[in-house]
Amino acid sequence: MQTTTLIWLIPLPPILAFFLIVLFTNRNNRLSHRIAVGAAVISWLLSMVVFFTAIGKEHFGEQVFEDFIQWLPLGKHSSLEIGVLVDPLTAVTLFFVGWTVLMIFIYSIGYHNFGQPKGDDDHHGLPPHGATVEKDGKKQIVPSIEPMYARFFAFIGLFAFGMFTLVVSNNLLTLFVGWEIMGLCSYLLIGFWYGKESARDAAKKAFMTTRIGDVFMLLGISYLFKATNTLNFRDILHNEAVLDALAQADSGFLGLSAAGLIGLLLILGTVGKSAQFPLHVWLPDAMEGPTPVSAMIHAATMVSAGVYMVIRMFPLLEVGEISLSVMAFIGAFTALFAATIALAQKDVKRVLAYSTISQLGFMIAALGVGAYVAAVFHLFTHAFFKALLFLGSGSVIHGMEHGVYHTGNHEVDPQDMFNMGGLRKKMPTTFWTFLIGGFALSGFPLITAGFWSKDEILADALAHNPAVFWTLALAALLTAFYTMRQITLTFLGEPRTEEAKHAHESTRSMTAPLVVLAVFAIGAGWIGIPEHFPALGGIIPNWLHDFVGGTLLHNPETLEEFDMIPLLVSIGVALGGLLLGWLVYRNVSAGSEDPLRKPLGPIYSLFENKYNIDEIYNVLFVRPAMWVSETFTYLFLDRKIIDGVLHFVARISFEIGAFFRNSIDKPIINGFGDLVGFSTNKFGHWFRRIQTGRVQQYMLVALLLAFASLFYYMVALQP
Amino acid sequence: MLLTLILFIPALTAILLLFLPRNNKQTIRWVAFGASLVPLAISIVVWFGFEDAAVVDKFRYVEQYTWYEAINSSYHVGVDGLSLTMVLLTTLLTPLSILASFKIDKNVNIYMALFLFLEMGMLGVFLSLDLLLFFVFWEIGLVPMFFLINQWGSEKGERELWNGRKMPARSYASFKFMIYTMAGSLGLLLAIQLIGVVSGTFDLVAIFDSWPALTGDLTLGNTIIPFATVKTVAFWAFAIAFAIKVPVWPFHTWLPDAHTEAPTAGSMILAGVLLKLGAYGFLRLVLPLYPDEAKAAAGILAFLATMAIIFGAFAAYGQRDFKRLVAYSSVNHMGFVVLGIAAAAYSLGSEDATIALNGAVLQMFNHGLSAAGMFFLVGVIYERTHTRDLDEIGGGLFPVIPIYGGILIFTSMASLGLPGLNGFVSEFLVVRGAWPIFTLFTALSMMGLLFTGAYILKGISSTLHGPRKAEGNYKITDIGRREVFVIAPLMALMLWLGVWPAWLLDVINNAMLSLFG
Repeated sequence: MQTTTLIWLIPLPPILAFFLIVLFTNRNNRLSHRIAVGAAVISWLLSMVVFFTAIGKEHFGEQVFEDFIQWLPLGKHSSLEIGVLVDPLTAVTLFFVGWTVLMIFIYSIGYHNFGQPKGDDDHHGLPPHGATVEKDGKKQIVPSIEPMYARFFAFIGLFAFGMFTLVVSNNLLTLFVGWEIMGLCSYLLIGFWYGKESARDAAKKAFMTTRIGDVFMLLGISYLFKATNTLNFRDILHNEAVLDALAQADSGFLGLSAAGLIGLLLILGTVGKSAQFPLHVWLPDAMEGPTPVSAMIHAATMVSAGVYMVIRMFPLLEVGEISLSVMAFIGAFTALFAATIALAQKDVKRVLAYSTISQLGFMIAALGVGAYVAAVFHLFTHAFFKALLFLGSGSVIHGMEHGVYHTGNHEVDPQDMFNMGGLRKKMPTTFWTFLIGGFALSGFPLITAGFWSKDEILADALAHNPAVFWTLALAALLTAFYTMRQITLTFLGEPRTEEAKHAHESTRSMTAPLVVLAVFAIGAGWIGIPEHFPALGGIIPNWLHDFVGGTLLHNPETLEEFDMIPLLVSIGVALGGLLLGWLVYRNVSAGSEDPLRKPLGPIYSLFENKYNIDEIYNVLFVRPAMWVSETFTYLFLDRKIIDGVLHFVARISFEIGAFFRNSIDKPIINGFGDLVGFSTNKFGHWFRRIQTGRVQQYMLVALLLAFASLFYYMVALQP
Repeated sequence: MLLTLILFIPALTAILLLFLPRNNKQTIRWVAFGASLVPLAISIVVWFGFEDAAVVDKFRYVEQYTWYEAINSSYHVGVDGLSLTMVLLTTLLTPLSILASFKIDKNVNIYMALFLFLEMGMLGVFLSLDLLLFFVFWEIGLVPMFFLINQWGSEKGERELWNGRKMPARSYASFKFMIYTMAGSLGLLLAIQLIGVVSGTFDLVAIFDSWPALTGDLTLGNTIIPFATVKTVAFWAFAIAFAIKVPVWPFHTWLPDAHTEAPTAGSMILAGVLLKLGAYGFLRLVLPLYPDEAKAAAGILAFLATMAIIFGAFAAYGQRDFKRLVAYSSVNHMGFVVLGIAAAAYSLGSEDATIALNGAVLQMFNHGLSAAGMFFLVGVIYERTHTRDLDEIGGGLFPVIPIYGGILIFTSMASLGLPGLNGFVSEFLVVRGAWPIFTLFTALSMMGLLFTGAYILKGISSTLHGPRKAEGNYKITDIGRREVFVIAPLMALMLWLGVWPAWLLDVINNAMLSLFG
């Protein structure tokens, strides 16, 4: 079969699974998850075939797999074509998306307690609360199966479809289609337990916040389409004439070039989707969804899609110039900003949420300094270790819930890290894999994937923009610190609660994906070891750079000379942060405060409250929007002003009618009624018919009169 | 012959219904429904034969018979891609609306007869190629709708006029609808007379050629008026009549009242087809007859469209009444139609204009599907909870009515313009077409697009999501089989048009090219 045919097929299995489950099998849990996982396997298989075909090609990048069809007829000669494209960037993305999606699908089976009994008092729209079973004559509470089990698999199927569509698109429009479908899925899945007020609000927040970016992105797409008459990636990005024209054209807005303005509009899309400051607020709240969803959103699909888009559009952003500076600033700022918030979070998933925002900031900043390959590299490694960490945290929460069922104390929050401790013994697989993921996130030198990608970003940053470099280095230090804080609080030391003592390792369908992802969290870095790296460089060729670089028209240059400063800084911050984290948190005892709270004082509260940005937005945007909608637009503008004018016209006619009746009809006609005979009486009857006293008829007369006079003035006033 | 059949079968059935025994309600319903399928079937036949049909002056399936010879007005009907799209929408939505009104129990035969008369009125507007005929049908459509709202509208509610003077909400709404539209029609009628007198005929095909070319002065008796003035006056008369119908902001306040008070099926037709009459008037008459005047006024129109998009979305978000929320969403969505038309009016003939027009016409069709669907779904939930107040419904209904929930989310997303469903394609085309022409207005309208999301999510989350309220209030049944039959064709079309819009857009594109290319 043609490779292009295979590419067309990649997104289809998950969408088919979605429709099959929704329409037919939604009452059969086993069949539903088989369909969904089967679909993920097929997509994964197709992705791998395409990936390996791609890496086997000589000079892949100049030659690519592309195929398209006509979609929209527009005007006389032009039409909009849509299709699929696999170039080196797509191939690499397909690789990590295929793997992470499949692992998340498999994990979801165990996470949603497949094979467990139905809950005693479980409702649709609420997390399962456990079921009572009799075992050896003893009553015992065990986890119960998710009441909307089948529906979950349908939704993540749709999610995967959105991501695969986005990745294999050869144009910005179908990319946007996938982009928005994922927006819908994040809404549906963050609000999966819609019965909870908090989940419902978080879902709305996610959808609306990302939509702010999306509407700007839509403008950017429209502008680009107008300017180039195509939305095909290669026609625009692989074509120096087009790029030059875009860079030369004046947008008429603040002196920006067309490329600059388009770039900024597109970046706003990414700021929303990849949760960069100031649109980052939705991502931590997205933790309301089930944990596999968090992994899906944070690693495999949605937020990666935002970064993928700017990486994809990099040649355009590059000629736009201003776009890169904006990205460097936003990325570096977000990386540090989110890392500080992560320092003071108690919820095991929220720490990871902020770390995602921070790591995405690294990627955006990397692109901002022009480090194209480094951004791709970090996107690639991050997908694996972040998926691993999220699934690991889900496993931890599951284990803690087990403890909660055992003690029956539902007051204990199974997600609060201060309730944990000592879980390494109870949950060894989860511990070791989480440790690997955490070290990768921290950039533990040499053995973890995160080190190589982060190191490359830092090296490029120092070469191009020292301010960005030092910001990112500080963020990296904090990253290592809060990661070790998380690992120490969760797994090391002694259990701080009864629940933690009775935690339990998760089932194999959950731990197996952890192991697979852990392999990648280590190995994924070896494909991009810099050539000039001391001792190790050159043993394995820097495959990633050669391969991914081929996506661009000109292969990006590697740094000429190897600089020891970023390497030492990178190693220093990683090890230093890890060590500090361990030292500070190793002795936290049950019920005690965060040791940082006292020394940091108000700053700690600021971190803990996320700089109060939610509250600020609420005052600045949310409440004014409500006021504008309810009070200004509806009650004032429509009801009072516009309807007021209408009613005023109606009233005038009413008053005229009343005048006729009271001043002419009654005194004159009725007064003369006795004197004048039959004919007057008849006239009166006739005249009264017009004055029925019904408002509507007066309104009609008045409107006609108003219109007639308007008409007259228009004629009279014309020159 | 086919067009005449499409046009008059509903009216003939309506007359027949009046003679059926009144108490045999089920028969009346099924006869009305069955009869309304015939025009649909014929329009599908017309659709498939369209490419091969003979072309007479850009129109196909043309029929012309003597009608009012003294003033040179004839029964002249025909279709092009624009009117055919609208005819298809009308003949599709009418049977679905009739099927949606099977719960109507009061004077069923009159209700159904009015509905079919209404269909004739709307189809007549789309099919007419004679100005006088156009006007006659334009007015015919008003009467049945007035009675549908006035007699079968919601029974609760009052509206205060001034100084504590009140009237029942449905009377208020029906009169407002009637008088407002009539006020616009008056100017339209005068302007049509003017064109008729000047041109010596009411035949549109002739007028399309002669009227825009007129220059110099018009001599009527002793008065001499420059043609430019005459045309400007006539243009505004047309534009205001159609602007009220669309409705363009700030002529829109009749819409939320009428849509909210009308019976479910009435709202479906109001939003689905009646609003399109106004936009159709712009495309069929205003742009071809007054290209220069339209260009001069395009900026104003674009501004008003942007206002409609933004304030329509805000007002929708500000509602507690679910039906009124959906009603305001029509103001918001029709704003994109008008924006597309305004952009096209400004640079008629350019590629951007064609794209904007494609978007506008497709948006008309798409809005017909999604608005009808949304009103229907609001009706379904109202029948069960007996309230339209979102705070009273309170949310938490998803587990009780899961199938309805899925359908509501799907239809809402189509209305929101989610890529992959129909609304996105047309909104994208309008934005793409309007961006180079009215950049600022297009950018501002994104505010409306953002708040489209806000009110759609408000609707979903206040009905389906959230904690459950007291169990006793929620012993309601899920959507029934008849109701699924109403919504399923709409959903299928929404998906189909979202994934593969070319089948419809091809026809629209060709029509726009031949009209304005």
